[in-house]
Amino acid sequence: MKDGSLAALVAMGAFHGLNPAMGWLFAVARGLQERSRALVLQSLPAIAAGHAASVGAVAVLVALTRSVVATQAVAIGGGIVLVGFGLWRLLSRRHFRWVGMRISLWQLAAWSFLMSSAHGAGLMLLPVLTSSGTVPAGHHHGFASASGNAVSAAIFVTGVHTLAMLAVAGIIAVAVYEIVGLAILRRAWFNLDRVWAAALITAGAVTLVAAL
Amino acid sequence: MALWKPDPTFYASPRDAVSAPPEKLAYVAAFDRAAEKPDAIAVLDVDPGSASYGDVVGWTDLPYLGDELHHFGWNACSSALCPYAPHPHVERRYLIVPGLRSSRVYVIDTKDKPTAPEIIKVLEPDELAKRAGYSRPHTVHCGPEGLYLTALGGANGEDGPGGIALLDHTSFDVLGRWEVDRGPQYFAYDAWWHIAHDVLITSEWGTPSMIEDGVVGELLLGRKYGHSLHFWDLRKRRHVQEVDLGDEHQMVLELRPAHDPTKQYGFAGVVVSVEDLSASVWLWHRDGDRWAATKVITIPAEPADASRLPEVIAPFGAVPPLVTDIDLSVDDQWLYVSCWGTGELKRYDVSDPFHPVEAGSVRIGGIVGRTPHPAAPDLPLAGGPQMVEVSRDGKRVYVTNSLYGSWDDQFYPDGVGAWMAKLDSTADGFALDERFFPHGDAFRGRRPHQTRLQGGDASSDSYCYP
Repeated sequence: MKDGSLAALVAMGAFHGLNPAMGWLFAVARGLQERSRALVLQSLPAIAAGHAASVGAVAVLVALTRSVVATQAVAIGGGIVLVGFGLWRLLSRRHFRWVGMRISLWQLAAWSFLMSSAHGAGLMLLPVLTSSGTVPAGHHHGFASASGNAVSAAIFVTGVHTLAMLAVAGIIAVAVYEIVGLAILRRAWFNLDRVWAAALITAGAVTLVAAL
Repeated sequence: MALWKPDPTFYASPRDAVSAPPEKLAYVAAFDRAAEKPDAIAVLDVDPGSASYGDVVGWTDLPYLGDELHHFGWNACSSALCPYAPHPHVERRYLIVPGLRSSRVYVIDTKDKPTAPEIIKVLEPDELAKRAGYSRPHTVHCGPEGLYLTALGGANGEDGPGGIALLDHTSFDVLGRWEVDRGPQYFAYDAWWHIAHDVLITSEWGTPSMIEDGVVGELLLGRKYGHSLHFWDLRKRRHVQEVDLGDEHQMVLELRPAHDPTKQYGFAGVVVSVEDLSASVWLWHRDGDRWAATKVITIPAEPADASRLPEVIAPFGAVPPLVTDIDLSVDDQWLYVSCWGTGELKRYDVSDPFHPVEAGSVRIGGIVGRTPHPAAPDLPLAGGPQMVEVSRDGKRVYVTNSLYGSWDDQFYPDGVGAWMAKLDSTADGFALDERFFPHGDAFRGRRPHQTRLQGGDASSDSYCYP
C-alpha cells in the first residue's frame, strides 16, 4: 500500500469519526443520560465495532471479487455504483430511521453497523481498496506473509480506517461531554450529509479515473 | 431544501431551549361551528414592540367547510437532534393541521409568508382510513420515526379503537398504524413520550359517537368515558401497562411529560370526577419496574344556583372546574391548569412534582363568573381559559376560550364567543396582559382553539439531551 493510500484511509476514518450521525453523539447522549463518562467511553468501542463490520464487509467483498475478476472491472463497476449511491444520497431527503435510546452495547454496535451501511461508509473506501495491491510489510509483520492475501489486506484497511475513526470520535465525544457542551451543535453541526454525498461521488470518480 | 446548519429553532436540551428568543407570531386554529364558513389558521402578532401587537395580522382559510380544527403541530422540532436518527438540517416550517370532525389533515407552509401561510397538501380522510384504520385525527408530535398523529376513532364504519397513525417526515403521507400490539387500549386522545426512555404514553377521551354530539350524560354518569393512562414501548410499539385512575375520573386528556429527558414523570389532567364534580391532575411516575399514577391536584366544584347553570349541569347545583388542558413550562417548574367551567387559570409550582404548590390564579370567563378581561372590563366573557400554551422561555402564557364545538354549546348555550388572552408569568407574578385581548370580530365568527408559537413552544418539542 502506498503512503498516499494510507493517508487517505486515515483521513476518511477521521471524517467518519467527525460525523455526529456516525456515533460520537450517541455516545455523548448515553453518557449525559446517566451522568457517566464511563458510559461515553464504553459506547465508543461498540460504535467502532459496528462501523468496522460495515466497512469490513465492503472491503472483503471487494477483495474477494478482485481475486476472481480483473481489478479494472471491479474498479469500474464499483466506481459506477459509488457515483450512483452518492447522487442518491445527495438528492434523497430520506434520513436514517431508528427509534430507541435505551439499548445494549450489542444493539449499539448493530445500530452503528446499520448507520454506517446506510451512509455507504465502506463504499467511500473504494479508491483505496481498488488501488492497493499489497500490505506494506513494514507496518504489519503478521500480515507480511500474507501480503498477497486480498482478505488480509481488506482487514488491514478496515483496521486502520476504524482506528482513525475511533480516535477522532473519541476525542470529540469526550471533549463535548466534558468541556464544550451540546450547545455547540447549533453552531457547528454542518450538514455533513451533503459533504458526505460529495465525498462518495468523488471517491467513485477517482476510482473510475484511476481504472480507465 | 436541507439547511447547512441545524434549524435555529432546534435545541439539544430543555436548558438551552429556555434561552430561545421570544416568539413574534402565534398561529391559532379557528373553526366555524356552523360549518358555513371555512375554518382557518389565524396569525396573531405577539411582538410587544409591534404596532399591531395583539391583532390578528394574518389569516388562511381552508378550502373546505366543517373540518373543526382543533390541535395541530410542527413538522419538525428539537427531536431531530436525537442521536440515534439525527436529521437536524430539516426545517421547522410546516404546520400539520388535522380537522377533528372531517378527518382531513392539512399541511400548511409558514416559511415564505409567515403571516399568510399556504396550504401545500391535503390528506383526505380515506387515506388515513385506508392506511391506518383511523379517523378524527387529533394530536400531532414530531418524533424520531415520523410524525405521530393520534386519532380518536376507527374507520370504515368502526367507532374504535382510536390510536396513532405514523406520517412520513417529508412527504407527510400516512405510513400506517403505529401500534403493533395495543393490548387493552381502545380509547384515544393525547400521546406523548419520554423520548430518551423509549416510553410512549396515551390518554383516553371517548370514541366519536360519544363526543361528537356533545357529552352524553348517561355515559358520563355510567362512567363510560376514558379513565386510564396507557404506557407503551416506543421502540417495539407494544402496550406495556394500563394504569386505571378509577372510573369516577372521567376523561383523561392532556399529557405533559417532564421535558428533562433523564426524568420519567409527567402530568395528566382529568376533566371531571362523577362523585363530586371535581377536576384533578395526576402525576405518573415509576414505581419500581412498573408505572403508577398519583393524584396531586384536586380542584373542587363551586356551588351555584341551578337557575344560572346550563341544562347539562343544572341538576347538580354546582359548576365543575372542567380541567380541559394543562401545560408544563420547558424548565419543568410551572404547571398551568385551565378550569374551563369555572373560568380560572391556575399556576402551580411543580418543582417537587409530587407536591404542587399553587402559585397564582387568574379568573376570566366561566359558566357563572363571566369575568371580564381587564382590557374590556364591561364585557362579560363566556367560555373560559381552555387551550393553554407557554413560551419556551416560560414568561408568556396564551389561552383561548373554546373547547369543542358541541360541548361549547352545552356548557355555554348562550354562545361561547371568541377570545384569546395572554398572561405574564414570572417568579413574582402571574397576571393578564392588558394590551393583549383579541376577541369577538377579530376571529371573524370562528372559535379559537389551539395556539402554536413560531419557533416552538412548551408542548411542541422533545429533547434527547439533559
